[in-house]
Amino acid sequence: MEIAEQSPTRREARRREARTRVRLLNRRPGNVGSLLSAAMPFALAVVVYVAASGVRLAENPDDKLLPSLSTIGETVERVAFEPDRRTGEIILWSDTAASLQRLLIGIAVAAAVGLAVGVPNGLLPWFGAFWSPWVRAVSMIPPLAILPILFIAFGIGELAKVMLIVLGTAPFLMRDVEQRVRELPREQFVKAQTLDGTTWQIALRVVLPQVLPRLVDGVRLSLGSAWLFLIAAEAIASTDGLGYRIFLVRRYLAMDVILPYVVWITMLAFLLDFGLRKLNRRCFPWYGA
Amino acid sequence: MALVDVRNVWKRYPGKTVLENVHLKVEEHEFVTIVGASGCGKTTFLRMILGEVEPCQGVIELDGTRLVPEPRADRGVVFQRYSVFPHLNVLQNVLVGLEFSASPLLGRTFGRRRARNVECAERMLDRVGLLSSAKNFPAELSGGMQQRLALAQTLITEPGILLLDEPFGALDPGIRADMHDLVRELHRELGLTVFMITHDIAEGFSLGSRLLVFDKPRIDPHEPDLYGATITFDLPVGQRPNMDSVVNGINAGQEA
Repeated sequence: MEIAEQSPTRREARRREARTRVRLLNRRPGNVGSLLSAAMPFALAVVVYVAASGVRLAENPDDKLLPSLSTIGETVERVAFEPDRRTGEIILWSDTAASLQRLLIGIAVAAAVGLAVGVPNGLLPWFGAFWSPWVRAVSMIPPLAILPILFIAFGIGELAKVMLIVLGTAPFLMRDVEQRVRELPREQFVKAQTLDGTTWQIALRVVLPQVLPRLVDGVRLSLGSAWLFLIAAEAIASTDGLGYRIFLVRRYLAMDVILPYVVWITMLAFLLDFGLRKLNRRCFPWYGA
Repeated sequence: MALVDVRNVWKRYPGKTVLENVHLKVEEHEFVTIVGASGCGKTTFLRMILGEVEPCQGVIELDGTRLVPEPRADRGVVFQRYSVFPHLNVLQNVLVGLEFSASPLLGRTFGRRRARNVECAERMLDRVGLLSSAKNFPAELSGGMQQRLALAQTLITEPGILLLDEPFGALDPGIRADMHDLVRELHRELGLTVFMITHDIAEGFSLGSRLLVFDKPRIDPHEPDLYGATITFDLPVGQRPNMDSVVNGINAGQEA
């Protein structure tokens, strides 16, 4: 039979090849390899920047688009470590404090609303019948489209900026929490009822503790849009904050301020995400195990 | 009067009849095992007794009163999976049943009351052989240990009826034998009435005192979902009745 005749040569060929080859998808970096691989793209970005900046500055020493690292360093020293001549405050820190305060209040309120609406929506059929479709509809409103309404309704103070973050992230969190509650196995609800748990007790001792770590995950996901809304609000109507500063110095093409600010915002966002992940690990050791 | 009285129960879903014309009387302390092909309504039947599913037609009575279609504390349950709470450790999983009835507002007990509940829960854990794992989370337990925990958790609130939906389906044969012994002992010690669904016919014959077979008596080959399943065999099984009479005989002999 032809099949049988072919197989010895195939086996032979395999024997020769297979000893040396390992598929790409099975090759992994070691510890040092991982670290170096992760650092590489960052290093590459810096190298490309320095090269490009060098080329432009060689052509025109007053070029503002890609300032040299030393210029950036001087600016960072000025904004991060020396008090501002006009206000007496250190700009970077006062901006950071103002922005973080808005962001954290906004996201905390959104998380509380998400929990307060999402849990009953997912747990109680009658509650969900009323509010679930409404939440779904409201979550389709582009938050930036109603920013003018917020400024008209709440003035241009802190409240409007915080409200933009709340309105931007709460609908997602409400829907996410509702979905997480629905995903809990029905067996758990039946079991809790056979243990004589009331609706309230089941919400408190079965649903809430299991939803909290999922809420933290939801918050981590919505931090990106929270930053977006924060910076948008600060760019339009504010007198301090990280977004305000970036949009202020944009008029002077002050890339030496904008670039470190962007890096700083990125680091803050990363740290917040990292902190929330650690919080989940520590507070909910059973989660994701 | 029978403890569980099922009369002419039907369950239909749109385009599908699951159960038809089910009649059953079960006395206290019976150990009823239920077998049948998958998708023939065994689980639906169990969920009806549980109160999770409402029959379309017919009556289910518990102790002479019509069953309220909601899970209640007089019927405990162990499922094949997801029976325990993953966010509570072993002790807390058993404790929670005691705390629900002790504290309506918080569902938690503190101080001396908690200590008393903990003592009670630890006795139950000791009974099922889990005391040394009291501080572990369910995810850290093996499948057999998780089912032991589920049993302890259910039995702590002293239900009269225990419903088991393929509780040992996912366990290794050796572990399964241990679990059989445990369930048999608990059935006797606590005077439970047990309903147990199983895929394992041998288990159905050896474990229970009565075996129910669910099957479809009529099948329309062009529309297999037209007719539902019902109880086609209802057999007394196991040696328990015989054993009782033997034991009685011995007792009578000794007294004489």
